[in-house]
Amino acid sequence: MTIFRFDRTLDGLLTAVFDAYARRSFPDVLQGDEVPLPLFYEEEHTVITDEAKATRVWNALRKKLSHQALSCLATAYLSELPELDMPLFRYIRKSIDSPQSIERNFADPDVLFVTNTCRKVAHERLRMLQFVRFQKAADGTYFALMEPLYNILPLAIDHFRDRFADQPFLLYDRRRHYGYYYDCREVTCVHFDEQLPHFQSGKLDESLLDKDEKLFQELWRTYFKAICIRERMNPRKQRQDMPVRYWKYLTEKNGK
Amino acid sequence: MTEETLNKLRILTESAKYDVSCSSSGTVRANRGTGVGNTVGGIGICHSFADDGRCISLLKVMLTNYCMYDCAYCINRTSNDIPRATLSVRELVELTMEFYRRNYIEGLFLSSGVVRNPDYTMERLVRVAKDLRTIHRFNGYIHLKSIPGASRELVNEAGLYADRMSVNIEIPNENSLKLLAPEKDFRSVYEPMSFIQQGVLENKEDRRHCRHVPRFVPAGQSTQMIVGATADRDRDILRLSSALYARPTMRRVYYSGYIHVNTYDKRLPLLKQPPLVRENRLYQADWLLRFYQFRVDEIVDDAHPDLDLEVDPKLAWALRHPEVFPVDINKADYELILRVPGIGVKSATLIVNSRRFGRVTSFHLKKMGVVMKKARYFITCGELVSPTIHELHPENVRRLLVPHPKRKTDDRQLTLDFGDSASPTPLLP
Repeated sequence: MTIFRFDRTLDGLLTAVFDAYARRSFPDVLQGDEVPLPLFYEEEHTVITDEAKATRVWNALRKKLSHQALSCLATAYLSELPELDMPLFRYIRKSIDSPQSIERNFADPDVLFVTNTCRKVAHERLRMLQFVRFQKAADGTYFALMEPLYNILPLAIDHFRDRFADQPFLLYDRRRHYGYYYDCREVTCVHFDEQLPHFQSGKLDESLLDKDEKLFQELWRTYFKAICIRERMNPRKQRQDMPVRYWKYLTEKNGK
Repeated sequence: MTEETLNKLRILTESAKYDVSCSSSGTVRANRGTGVGNTVGGIGICHSFADDGRCISLLKVMLTNYCMYDCAYCINRTSNDIPRATLSVRELVELTMEFYRRNYIEGLFLSSGVVRNPDYTMERLVRVAKDLRTIHRFNGYIHLKSIPGASRELVNEAGLYADRMSVNIEIPNENSLKLLAPEKDFRSVYEPMSFIQQGVLENKEDRRHCRHVPRFVPAGQSTQMIVGATADRDRDILRLSSALYARPTMRRVYYSGYIHVNTYDKRLPLLKQPPLVRENRLYQADWLLRFYQFRVDEIVDDAHPDLDLEVDPKLAWALRHPEVFPVDINKADYELILRVPGIGVKSATLIVNSRRFGRVTSFHLKKMGVVMKKARYFITCGELVSPTIHELHPENVRRLLVPHPKRKTDDRQLTLDFGDSASPTPLLP
């Protein structure tokens, strides 16, 4: 069994592809640096991420795959799933070896897995566009916390930046410990001390809130209650479309 | 913005909630730094889901729930004794903007009861949309109700600010409509509809000559029909929908299961539960019309005037037409594959793409997300060993696929009453 270890970045994966072709030995297992090696294996190779090598592989892929397929690869990578590494590697290898593009051969398990993962990531992005709730702080900044399953913040930020172009906002991914701050001109990546109480609870302290914020939250809760038709109650459907894991930061689901 | 607004919002939301439409799809408009908001198109964005499972995409509210009409099915009819309120234009605009900035909503769905006369009401609706667009430079989604009987000039002005406009048909049959809503007739519904349609078509022509002409109702129009309030069959409803979809600007027809709001009115049927299953089947049939290339007479005809409540309309069609099946997954056209129960648009596209590379087998189908439980009786794909609809006969396939209600107790099992274990009751006195 051949094992490749890499740093689990996209560049690292592309370098692994380069190394495999250079060494003429292809891995049976791809794993992160920090994962301990199994008890038995034949060969172990540690990939040292090299941007030049990664770019060469990416350029080779660009000749083989369409724009959509490449963006699908990159999107799927943002899922950060460890079980995606091998299918992604095999997908890239098959694309390079095949005379024509294999991107639409969904009977191939690797292509299907990568495509489905891409779809899941895109769906999680949509969920964030749906369920992010901003709170207005006293200084006029809008603050929102989220904990998405996948690392979708880079995919979602363009949407928020376009939509709320005239308001400063902070979007923070608590699970991955980074966020984006927009100051009406440009977006910057920020890190914060997460011991602050509002990073723990997701709610800004009353002293930090804008004076009307409480009222608008109350108005929204009122609206949310009033819009429901009691004769048609269907909590199962509600949980299907709005899974409980998002409720933590939803204004309407967290009364006062 | 005070406690009073809170009360008004509650009252006007309660009045507006029976309108079904809440979509924010159909237009793509980037913000490009000119104000606040954009629209994303595609499937739209639902920002929340209420306890009844319906999506909340837009702030669905009425400008006022005072109304001079007395339609039997409507909660806001003039003879109802309910709390009434009116939001001022300024209040409504502020609410929309503040909700939007907090990412609560995708835009505004505004309708209104008719006060004084249709033109007066329509003018106020247009004012709200105009203020949002011009003063607050709001780029989000606006859905405006067109008030039946409003003048053409007002509809034309509204169309410049709104993304979508709608007029509700409510009752699919003119005689029933006249019975339930004496002040309305089909003309009062179809006239504003045709105003919108003409406006869109003229705008299309204008934009061909000069592309800077502002768009007119870019997301088209929608309408709604109440299901179960009158004796109309599904055939009548779907025929009307299909005729509406044939019009150039009609994008969506919504079906709303009748909820018994005015219990005292004897003209209406007494329903304990809204007809939710029937409503669901109608939506499924609607999807067949729009995305599966079905014609309306294939779904319902004079022999089958109502949709089957036990099985979905596509399966019902397949059971009525065994001669079309089995479909060879590796050879059949996309259109035919789309007709197989258990295969949707997504899996049909995957199949058609994959079979260029090699044979598609039932293993692949399962991986692609085909519901094999249903599809297996209607397809062949080489190695699949499963009796088809011809060997089993449609009625047996139907029996296999109709969901059985879970039996609470097994009637083969004798039940013994052991009583309460803490204080055993003596068998003999």
